Amino acid sequence: MPPRCIDNLFLRFIQLVSLVSIVSLLFIIFFLVKESYLIVQEKPILTVFTDPAWHPLDGQFLLLPMMVGSLLIMLGAMLIALPIGLLTAILCRYYAPRWFATIIQRLMEVFAGIPAVVYGFWGVMVIVPAIAAWQAPGTSLLAGILVLTFIVTPGVTIISYHNLSQVNQTLLHSAIALGLSRYNIIRHIIFPEVKHGLITATTLQSGRAIGETLAVLMVCGNVVQLPGSVFEPIRTLTSNIALEMAYAMDTHRSALFLSGLLLLLIVLVLAFIAESMQKPKAESQ
Amino acid sequence: MKTQWRLFFIALLLVGIGIGMGVAACSNPSNENHQTLSADTSNALAGKLIITGSSTIAPVTTELARLFESRFPATKIDVQTGGSSRGISDVRRSIADIGMVSRKLKNSEQEFQGHLFATDGISIIVHQSKSIENITTQQVRDIFQGKIRHWQQLTGDASPLTVIHKAEGRSTLEVFLNYFALKNPQIKADIIIGDNEQAIKLVANNPNAIAYVSIGAAEYAIMQGSTIKLLTLNGIVASTDNLLHERFPLRRELNFISRNDNNPLKKAFLDFTTSIDAQPIIKEFGFAPTLH
Repeated sequence: MPPRCIDNLFLRFIQLVSLVSIVSLLFIIFFLVKESYLIVQEKPILTVFTDPAWHPLDGQFLLLPMMVGSLLIMLGAMLIALPIGLLTAILCRYYAPRWFATIIQRLMEVFAGIPAVVYGFWGVMVIVPAIAAWQAPGTSLLAGILVLTFIVTPGVTIISYHNLSQVNQTLLHSAIALGLSRYNIIRHIIFPEVKHGLITATTLQSGRAIGETLAVLMVCGNVVQLPGSVFEPIRTLTSNIALEMAYAMDTHRSALFLSGLLLLLIVLVLAFIAESMQKPKAESQ
Repeated sequence: MKTQWRLFFIALLLVGIGIGMGVAACSNPSNENHQTLSADTSNALAGKLIITGSSTIAPVTTELARLFESRFPATKIDVQTGGSSRGISDVRRSIADIGMVSRKLKNSEQEFQGHLFATDGISIIVHQSKSIENITTQQVRDIFQGKIRHWQQLTGDASPLTVIHKAEGRSTLEVFLNYFALKNPQIKADIIIGDNEQAIKLVANNPNAIAYVSIGAAEYAIMQGSTIKLLTLNGIVASTDNLLHERFPLRRELNFISRNDNNPLKKAFLDFTTSIDAQPIIKEFGFAPTLH
């Protein structure tokens, strides 16, 4: 076969593959909308914010506390994981001896590979009783945040580390030649360079955090309410689906699909925010 | 070139027909087993049954099906879980031959033939270390409505209560609310969970928790060394034995439901679940078998 032909074939092939992924994504969204339609038909969409409570069998579909729950747990986990992950990456890249950095890096890769359910189980056995001894009942927003932090930190560390390794070497060498301190190099040369990679890392891991289901379900208590403190139980959108999916029928089932749709919208908004944070740089270049 | 295309087209056609026939054969399992049965009813049973529904009943059904299949090697019984509601809707849409429903049939479900094969009890459980053995109906009502928030009022311990409740739609929840004459919006819970195992695990790890679970599941967990205990309800011991003699009041029916038709394989399986041979298996899961 002439090389041109191979090229053409390859082009067709990758076009087909990307078409399949786009079509499946559209199909999933279409399916979510279609399944949610039943509930939207029966009640105005705003009832998910205005109903008195979540009692799907009695026709009450308040989803607001679960949206707040999902967002709080994600923000909490990211607020802890981001500094820890970033600082660990900086330590490994610029301060620590090579053998130490390698150990940390391997460890993080192992931690990232552990299934979330294992963290959840560990949370039930260790974190929840520890919090319960201090503030009953233990299953709480705080427990969820802590478990999620363990789940997302390895990812943040690994991506940050990779970003730090990709800094323009010329810049770095010039900075060193100028005799700048390590802190100043990191703060003023490297950080602006890797900022965008870090935003990507944050977005990816936020998506993971907000989508995490089983581990959160195990440690959060799943009571539908707006939490008054971090020691109170919450339910997230994902746990709501997992908890009630098996038994849900008709409008109840449809309301669960609506939870899924809301989750998708939240993730889209996050991605959009991350995108717009990257824009100014793209324009200035 | 032309003949090649023609051959290719014919091959494609054949493949299409093959797939079509395969799909037709698979999508209608009940038809298939009617045919096998009419061809071979005089001999042994043969064919396939699909059973879906309650996650409480599924494990024991799987076990019963295994024994049934070993007796009639030409049969295949496929058990899938997904909750009582799924069992009902699958039988209604003829996706399944038999549905598993872990509660009494409702009035709207009288179109189905119910087959009561066992009873399950629901018991209140606490941590082993608690110095409480009995609980009354009124205490349970007060605890789950948030009127009793502290162990002080039950045992004298100085620790707050952790109330564990089930997610909406679970049949254990329906039976519990029914018996204690409560409505779900009245319940003030600290933790909401899905299945029995989760409740047992939480209570075993939290000395201040109180929950309600299937007696079968609780007895099994205690046998495995779980640090929970069953409370007597108004002085009546929560045990399989008391269920069997209909002494324990907080109980539910475990039903198989099906359409009213003459499928000999289905009938044979249902009869088998209430035969003397099925009893040891049902008891092993902590349920009280019914004899027909």
